Amino acid sequence: MSPDILVKIWGATLDTLYMVAAAGLIGSLIGLPIGIFLATSGKGELFPAPTINRIVGLIVNAARSTPFIILVVAIIPFTRLITGTSIGTKAAIVPLTIATIPFVARLVEAAIREIDKGLIEAARAMGATPMQIVFKVLLAEARPALTMALTMTAVSLIGYSAMVGAVGGGGLGDLGIRYGYQRFMPDVMLVVVIVLIVLVQLVQSAGDGLARHFDRRSRKN
Amino acid sequence: MSVSAYKAPAPGDAAVIFDGVSKHFAASGKSGAFTALDTVSLSVGRGSITGIIGRSGAGKSTLIRLVNGLEKPTGGTVLVDGVDVGALDEAGLRALRRSVGMIFQHFNLLSSRTVFGNVALPLEIAGMDKHAIEKRVLPLLDLVGLADKHGRYPAELSGGQKQRIGIARALATEPKLLLSDEATSALDPETTQSILELLKRINAELGLTVLLITHEMEVVKAVTSDVAVIDHGRIVERGHTFDVFTHPRHETTRAMLSGLPGSKLPDAVSRALRPQAVAGDRAVVRLTFFGAAAERPLISQLIKSVGAEVNIIAGTIDEIGGRPYGSLVVAYGADAETAGRAERFFTENGLVTEVLGYVA
Repeated sequence: MSPDILVKIWGATLDTLYMVAAAGLIGSLIGLPIGIFLATSGKGELFPAPTINRIVGLIVNAARSTPFIILVVAIIPFTRLITGTSIGTKAAIVPLTIATIPFVARLVEAAIREIDKGLIEAARAMGATPMQIVFKVLLAEARPALTMALTMTAVSLIGYSAMVGAVGGGGLGDLGIRYGYQRFMPDVMLVVVIVLIVLVQLVQSAGDGLARHFDRRSRKN
Repeated sequence: MSVSAYKAPAPGDAAVIFDGVSKHFAASGKSGAFTALDTVSLSVGRGSITGIIGRSGAGKSTLIRLVNGLEKPTGGTVLVDGVDVGALDEAGLRALRRSVGMIFQHFNLLSSRTVFGNVALPLEIAGMDKHAIEKRVLPLLDLVGLADKHGRYPAELSGGQKQRIGIARALATEPKLLLSDEATSALDPETTQSILELLKRINAELGLTVLLITHEMEVVKAVTSDVAVIDHGRIVERGHTFDVFTHPRHETTRAMLSGLPGSKLPDAVSRALRPQAVAGDRAVVRLTFFGAAAERPLISQLIKSVGAEVNIIAGTIDEIGGRPYGSLVVAYGADAETAGRAERFFTENGLVTEVLGYVA
């Protein structure tokens, strides 16, 4: 393998990391509050707004059931509006972010719904405001599950990021297709796959470790 | 000995007053409309430990949740220290809740917080500063006997220790009223006793009113001074714990009391029991005695005055609401002469008797 290809692989790895980090961060920042809203706005819950809850739920479902590759193409005008271009690594961040938001929202909702309702009742009995319950009880108690959710998001994003090569987004997936597949360089394909596996492993291990660190539910003595 | 007439606490002496309180749940989805509470009136004396006992589904959980506004009544009023809970807005409710502590069957501690952090939570919610929180929390951990565990997490504690943390947490805001929602139902009998002792001590030392709900007669017997029996959303019996236990009037109360040790006949005896005496039978009689009578050598006196054999079939000597109480089931000759002498003895000694039946 020529040094030139190795440089390309390195560059593609950085591109992938950049896309995953940017889309993961922005998507989570927007998805987290939406997830909290979904988990707390049902009938008789902390911020009861059942109608809005249902509407947001429908939008989230619609976004989640759209195949990613179609989403990428469908929102090209929007992508161009935001980044000024529809091609390249930066442009790819837009559809990745859009796909991340509903994904994170549903995972966050599930993580919060897992929390024992008795804790919410206890906090209400202490005279906590709904906001205090969200921050002092729900987010604190869901921390291990939220960490796992964000880990899962990052892993999925690494997979999605390989698809944006199709619309000229950079990264490992793009490199693998262009060199490994179209130019018949199976060794490049192999290296790309190995790098992706290593990345996913690293992210997953880091997430698991962090979740374990936050989890105080099991007896430790 | 007669039952002292029960007088409800005067409004000024009541920590909580339920006045004609009802709670209906409208039909929704699978569950039909349902009346959890039906015009319940009840007052809880300030400084008392009052128990509300009932089977599951009797409405007691709903009742206790009306006190701190976790549930809203559909009719009637609930007064806590003279304040109408139903008339409070959200901010008013939060202020009220900070002056009413609550403990739960499943403790409801935050797994992500240490023991210290859990007890500190209501103080953080109330906006107290860190330094003041520390000054408040440490003595509380001392009070419940867990000062050495302040850095542990709930998962590292036993059930009894968790409930002690729950109690310390409930006391953090220095409430005048403590609500206990089946607080010992998830604990083994020994741990239950130690938690009840702690509640008694808090009641005596801090002058805290305790309102507890439970389905366990043992709990009511061990700590409460007053009790109300709830069944199908209605209060069916109300009185001093001692009186209700020794003279249960309602069927539900009797049924719940029959589960207590010492009050049940051995199976062999209850099977052989018949309502009418046949010649040569022995009468099976329950004797109930209170106070000083519980400490006299009644059995030996009974044998002497009856002049015949007396068998003891079942019995218990116990303390209810701090007063000694005994219940004995004895058998003696059912012939007119023996029975007559026994009856005279019972009247002379002021014993309450109940003929349960006859055995061969």
